[in-house]
Amino acid sequence: MEDAAPVIYGLEFQARALTPQTAETDAIRFLVGTQSLKYDNQIHIIDFDDENNIINKNVLIHQVGEIWHISASPADKGVLATCYNKTLDSKVMTCAAVWRMPKELESGSHESPDDSSSNTQTLELLCHLDNTAHGNMACVIWEPMGDGKKLISLADNHLLLWDLQESSSNAVLSNSALLEGKGQLKFTSGRWSPHHNCTQVATANDTAIRGWDTRSMRQIYYIENAHGQLVRDLDFNPNKQYYLASCGDDCKVKFWDTRNVTEPVKTLEEHSHWVWNVRYNHSHDQLVLSGSSDSRIILSNMVSISSEPFGHLVDDDELSDQEDHHQEKTKEPLQDSIIATYEEHEDSVYAVEWSSADPWLFASLSYDGRLVINRVPRALKYHILL
Amino acid sequence: CSPLPSLWLSPGEDVGCPGGSPAGPGRGRLGAAGREAAAYGLPDPAGEARGGLAPGEDFGGPTDINGAHFDPEVFLTKLRKECSLAQLMDCETDMVKQIRSLDSDMQTLVYENYNKFISATDTIRKMKNDFKKMEDEMDCLAANMAVITEFSARISSTLQDQHEQITKLSGVHTLLRKLQFLFELPARLTKCVELEAYGQAVRYYSKARSILHQYQHMPSFQGIQDDCQKIMANLAQKLREKFRDGGSGAKDLAECVELLLQLDEPAEELCDEFLSHARCRLEAELETLETELGQPGGAPITDILEFIDRGCNIFVSNMCLVIASYQELFVSREDKVQDITRMAQDKLVAFVNCLMETYFSLVERRIQLEKGVGDNSLLVRALDRFHRRLQALAKLLPASNVAAEGTEIVVRATKERIRQYLLALQNFYQDCLTDVRQSLAAPRLAGKESPNLAELLGNMSASVLNQIKSVLAYVHLFTAKDITFSNKPYFKGEFCSQGVREGLIVGFIKSICQTARQFCETTGDKGGSTPPTLLLLLSRLCLDYETSTISYILTLTDEQFLVQDHTPITPVTSLCAEARETAQRLLNHYVKVQGLIISQMLRKSVETRDWVNTIEPRNVRAVMKRVVEDTTSIDVQVGLLYEEGIRKAQSSDSSKRTFSVYSSSRQQSRYAPSYTPSAPLDTNLLSNIQKLFSERIDIFSPVEFNKVSVLTGIIKISLKTFLECVRLRTFGRYGLQQIQVDCYYLQLYLWRFVCDENLVHFLLDEIVGSTAHRCLDPVPMEQSVIEVICERG
Repeated sequence: MEDAAPVIYGLEFQARALTPQTAETDAIRFLVGTQSLKYDNQIHIIDFDDENNIINKNVLIHQVGEIWHISASPADKGVLATCYNKTLDSKVMTCAAVWRMPKELESGSHESPDDSSSNTQTLELLCHLDNTAHGNMACVIWEPMGDGKKLISLADNHLLLWDLQESSSNAVLSNSALLEGKGQLKFTSGRWSPHHNCTQVATANDTAIRGWDTRSMRQIYYIENAHGQLVRDLDFNPNKQYYLASCGDDCKVKFWDTRNVTEPVKTLEEHSHWVWNVRYNHSHDQLVLSGSSDSRIILSNMVSISSEPFGHLVDDDELSDQEDHHQEKTKEPLQDSIIATYEEHEDSVYAVEWSSADPWLFASLSYDGRLVINRVPRALKYHILL
Repeated sequence: CSPLPSLWLSPGEDVGCPGGSPAGPGRGRLGAAGREAAAYGLPDPAGEARGGLAPGEDFGGPTDINGAHFDPEVFLTKLRKECSLAQLMDCETDMVKQIRSLDSDMQTLVYENYNKFISATDTIRKMKNDFKKMEDEMDCLAANMAVITEFSARISSTLQDQHEQITKLSGVHTLLRKLQFLFELPARLTKCVELEAYGQAVRYYSKARSILHQYQHMPSFQGIQDDCQKIMANLAQKLREKFRDGGSGAKDLAECVELLLQLDEPAEELCDEFLSHARCRLEAELETLETELGQPGGAPITDILEFIDRGCNIFVSNMCLVIASYQELFVSREDKVQDITRMAQDKLVAFVNCLMETYFSLVERRIQLEKGVGDNSLLVRALDRFHRRLQALAKLLPASNVAAEGTEIVVRATKERIRQYLLALQNFYQDCLTDVRQSLAAPRLAGKESPNLAELLGNMSASVLNQIKSVLAYVHLFTAKDITFSNKPYFKGEFCSQGVREGLIVGFIKSICQTARQFCETTGDKGGSTPPTLLLLLSRLCLDYETSTISYILTLTDEQFLVQDHTPITPVTSLCAEARETAQRLLNHYVKVQGLIISQMLRKSVETRDWVNTIEPRNVRAVMKRVVEDTTSIDVQVGLLYEEGIRKAQSSDSSKRTFSVYSSSRQQSRYAPSYTPSAPLDTNLLSNIQKLFSERIDIFSPVEFNKVSVLTGIIKISLKTFLECVRLRTFGRYGLQQIQVDCYYLQLYLWRFVCDENLVHFLLDEIVGSTAHRCLDPVPMEQSVIEVICERG
């Protein structure tokens, strides 16, 4: 079984921002935001044709500034939010806004790549998330499983909860929390838990991870010194409500049980530089991706702390048929392992994301504008499925 | 008288003449005369004649005048033929002479014979008279004897009746005497008891006992028996008291037991009593021994040797005495029934085991108090004594498991001791570490840049090694030849291999590595404060262990403790591998920590500055100077402990050379396109092509054990951080120019520390390149200006 070769797509500009089109569950589609101080920035809508191994792209102009973070609405395919840099009077500000892409691009158009450059289109601004009072926006997070009306943004030391009203044309600040402490505290990243009715958010600042309850905007847990250095990213296990992955500048990926935060459940130390991104697979939470500025992406198989510690569980009906055979199979615990190290990038990888449509496919983006689409090795895929 | 002729005719027989037939008178004259002459000791005339006449004549022949076959005719003819006349004449005269003398001899003999015959006849006549007298007397005697016999018969017949009576009477007498003995017995016994002649009393009683028992149905005997029994019970009571008293010496005691046993006292009870008595005393001794343990938690009153000594001298020796006397009393008696002996023996064993258990627990408690880890000899001697004394006891009583348990205790104590030594070694090592930390943290003296690391390492290494050696010496005492337990199988095999080698030495080496590794794990994560220098020092220590110390220590151990058993032991190679791995991890961690310290400075300097609105650069920023300074001091530090390492092709003017490449050709060719707004694609293309030809750089990667590699690692980490931080910022024109200046400054100073200067160039290029990308107004500074600024300092 030979695995299909990775598909590489090059952007003209440097880029950091990558997101799957969360609301799309059929087509494999990613959004990439570029960073250029000199030219108009773009959002590339990348369609991947899995059968033909071909990439189709559409480019949207994002004129307001270089994109530092991008996130797609979980409910509306056409809606997305960006954090961008704006330079005013030699002052650099990071702002956030919600946008709608042109209707015809929502489900992807299959134009030939050649003439794509000619018909670049512009985004339609829905609303700004007004941060004049709060500082630079680090990221915008949509409420997962929600109706696309709730957002959280992290601005310096503020945690802001927004309600989108009037078909997203107006963003109202409904609640906020302030991180207080010594020195200049600054959120670096955050993640909204899909569990507990979406009432929990985890944020990272410096070396600490904090959990928040969105109803009271109070802190519910606090992992001091979660990493030796800065914490770069977080992700919740989609199937186990208390499990949280984090990564940071100490080259480590750590897995936490938020009920007991004194020690990490597991630690991986495979990268040779800062880990910028960690992502659980949406369907098979033993598969964990991490991207690092050592230009590598590592796919790990964390079976022992996944929701399927003994592999794929067999249905009861099947079990009754060939009980003995299956019990034997399911009893043996699997070992945590590194499945693959992907080395297609030549610059620091700042973003890695699973596809929302195909659980066996993921995209990664390095600073030099290279987007790589990779698949989980087929052998492992069948091992998990069968 | 008739006998005469017979006497006359038998001279030939008297003189022993052969041939019974009398020779004719004519024929045997000369022969007879010669024979008679010989018989009477006379000279033989015929012989003389013959000698003169015919020497060499045959004897017994017809010519032998004395022979039996003498033939006168032959003789004469022979004479006539052979002899001359003169000779014949001489012969004739000679012959005549001889005949004459023979005749006179004959006459004399006849007379003598006759006289003798006469006197003999006289004697016979006298005897005949005497015999007649004797015969008369004999007759008289016979008559008398007959009278006596008659009398005697008469007397004995009269006395017959009386004799029978006397016999009967004497039987009655003895019976009466016995009876009297019986009747007197109570009184006698009482008296004996009064006189304390218990033995006598028991002897009396045992004589009478069976009779009394036999006739107990008769009232009188019954009375006696009752009395006796009462007295004897009393006696037994007294004996018991005496026995219980115990103070009366072994011999008395033995007598007591002997008597009691004769009195059919139950042996079991006696054994119990004896033992319980002994138990009292021994337990009292144990109690005094226990007080020597001191208060719980407090220090023991006496040292261990004294304690064991006391235990041996008081308790164990008394125990031996008890066992010996007990065995003498109850066990080793020939007359004992087998099962009593066995019962007694069983009781003794149980008794001894029980008491010894208490004793052992005391000893163990005392041994546990022995925590000092200095000199071991006292403990070893104490254990030896303990063990030795138990051997003696075990010899007395082979059935008990005392010896085995004693050995067990010694083994346990030894194991505990080894554990303590391991702990002590670990503590010592920890103390060493603390000392080193202190001296590292001590305020630097003026004029002395840093404590001498090599010296510190040497001191630490030497003192640890010395400690190991002295511990080995202490432990070695356990196996000394004169220690009784050193030839036990445990001490020959397991002690050496599992105890000392594995448990102590290997365990210690492993714990060294373990402790060292802990420094890697805790720091960084929890903000631990291990000074990086300590990491460096420990890394070198572990490396030294790997290269030489481990094999040295293990060889030393194996030599001192000749391992005889074949349990699996940790091979030197695996220990070395562990040490090496530890050294590697420590060094990696050192690189990481130092890299992070410098990174942190760079990061702060990038993050906290407003790069858009900065002024035109006039100086290298102070933080860059600091970075170079720190790197230099790290270089010095590492240089104290690690070798230089190999650099890739390096030339003395390399800074100049790379400078020119960096400033003019390469930099220009790389950055120029990005400044021209027309071709944004080219930037990427160019930089990607550039990257195609350079190797991927692993930032936090394992380093080699040399200075250059360590420094390369640290610089890599620092510059990569610089790069990542720059990419997160936005720069104004002067911001870019400041970074240019800073990078050039770093370029000037950092190349000398790394193994491949191209690495530094590459990373610095990348930083400047990224800054240019992040610049709102990318106008680079003139290279000549940069140089001037940097050279100004």
